[in-house]
Amino acid sequence: MSGAVALRVDGLHKSFGGVEVLRGVDLEVDDHEVVCMIGASGSGKSTLLRCLNLLEPIDAGRIVIDGDDITSAGTDQNAVRRKIGIVFQSFNLFPHKTVLRNITLAPTKVLRLSRADADERAHGLLARFDLDDKADDYPDRLSGGQQQRVAIVRALAMQPDILLLDEITSALDPVLVAEVLDAIRELAEQGMTMLIATHEMGFARDVASRVAFLHGGTIVEEGEPNRMFSDPAEPETRRFLDRIIAAGRM
Amino acid sequence: MSAPREISFPKRTPGLDPPAQGNRGSRILAPLRAEGARGVAIAIVSTVVVFAVVTIAVVSSSGWPLIRQSFFDGAVFAEAFPKIVDKFWRNVFIFTVAEVLVLIVALLIAVIRSLPGPVFFPLRLLAAAYTDLFRAVPTILVIALLGFGAPALAIRGVPSSDVFWAIVALTFVYSAYVAEVYRAGIASIHPSQVASARALGLSRQQGLRSVVLPQAIRRVIPPLLNDFIGLQKDSALVVFLGYQEALRTAQIIQSENFDFTPYVALALVYVVITIPQARFVDWLIARDQRKRQAEATL
Repeated sequence: MSGAVALRVDGLHKSFGGVEVLRGVDLEVDDHEVVCMIGASGSGKSTLLRCLNLLEPIDAGRIVIDGDDITSAGTDQNAVRRKIGIVFQSFNLFPHKTVLRNITLAPTKVLRLSRADADERAHGLLARFDLDDKADDYPDRLSGGQQQRVAIVRALAMQPDILLLDEITSALDPVLVAEVLDAIRELAEQGMTMLIATHEMGFARDVASRVAFLHGGTIVEEGEPNRMFSDPAEPETRRFLDRIIAAGRM
Repeated sequence: MSAPREISFPKRTPGLDPPAQGNRGSRILAPLRAEGARGVAIAIVSTVVVFAVVTIAVVSSSGWPLIRQSFFDGAVFAEAFPKIVDKFWRNVFIFTVAEVLVLIVALLIAVIRSLPGPVFFPLRLLAAAYTDLFRAVPTILVIALLGFGAPALAIRGVPSSDVFWAIVALTFVYSAYVAEVYRAGIASIHPSQVASARALGLSRQQGLRSVVLPQAIRRVIPPLLNDFIGLQKDSALVVFLGYQEALRTAQIIQSENFDFTPYVALALVYVVITIPQARFVDWLIARDQRKRQAEATL
């Protein structure tokens, strides 16, 4: 492990109704680290990410970002969200705005950038992700892969300290998955701090500094990707990976 | 990074795009297109026959001359029509001002009703009470209460004009209906849109203004225009206050001539302004459906 701690989660608990989805999650992500969370659907990956972004209130525990406890009373939620970007499985672009205006909305409204500065930032990012010719299109004109890359650019335009990715390829046709994963790979190479929930085991093995296996609302095991995938210590991890291999996903 | 694979993607499903001409979104004519030329020929012949039979039956009936004299008198029509149209501009003024006010007041009420949190409970309660009350009370009663009642109070600074109170009454009543239309539109926007806006750091109000409302309003334009057609017709209720608008004018000419043709003339004016709006609403709905089908096939 290197560098300062970007994100620390201590004993996070979260219930919906009577169902406890997260039962004490402990996790650390260092600056420039890419942590991939794997686990079955319903294991709590998405809930954890939504809690980190304060989209869901937590029941117990602490979330510390850059040394600030964001779960303490009186935290400016909007200020926290400026530092943590999130990209969703279903893209959630704004259908009534062009690609460019999707990206510049938050920088102009939240960061109070001028229209010209926001446009410049957006065009720069679009060019990096091979989307510069799509700036004036509406989202419904784009393929799923393009939409998801726009969603990534939209999150990056806020220049977050850490990016959360919630199964961002699960809603895509298999042929479109690669272009999105390539974009994430490039971000990882450039040192973006990321916490990624994914079902793409090959991708996790490639890109992750660490892999965490979430099961039954806690992190059962975490470690360096090659060891996690080839020699998992916990029986639950082994069982999960066996099922993934049997399903032909790895 | 390897260059992202270029995936070709259909811009639009061609079959779902409207043809350049001929399709104006008419529901009545749509089945005919499927039938082809023979179907169209049959439709024309049967239409002509049916209308001819009905016309002959009506015109040759023993009561027809009397009906024609009382409702379709050419001379009375020629006298009444320009006068009625002239006064109809007063109705146009009333409903146009009311429509603009309704758009604003109703949006305010809808936004108040969708405010979250216990702090806003009293405001939500008030907004709900407002929509319940003004949808419950007949429009003509509201016009009577405000049109006769408010000026009777003779409060200084409050206008006593018929037109003013007619506009206020119509605004009150129709804001209640349109607020519900807006509210349905706001509720129809998927929560993921709000989550997405909040996740980018936008405040609740910023998300509402930039993300939710623009989409919601676009979605409710057809039902909203429907309510406006109702409002335009209800501008005739102002006659109850004795205000000299189109219906009052028709009444006067009717009583002078003992002839109902002026009413028919006014009915014609309403038909002429309403039908284009109704077709426009149909067209909007049809366009919306095409768009959704196109999205579904993507």
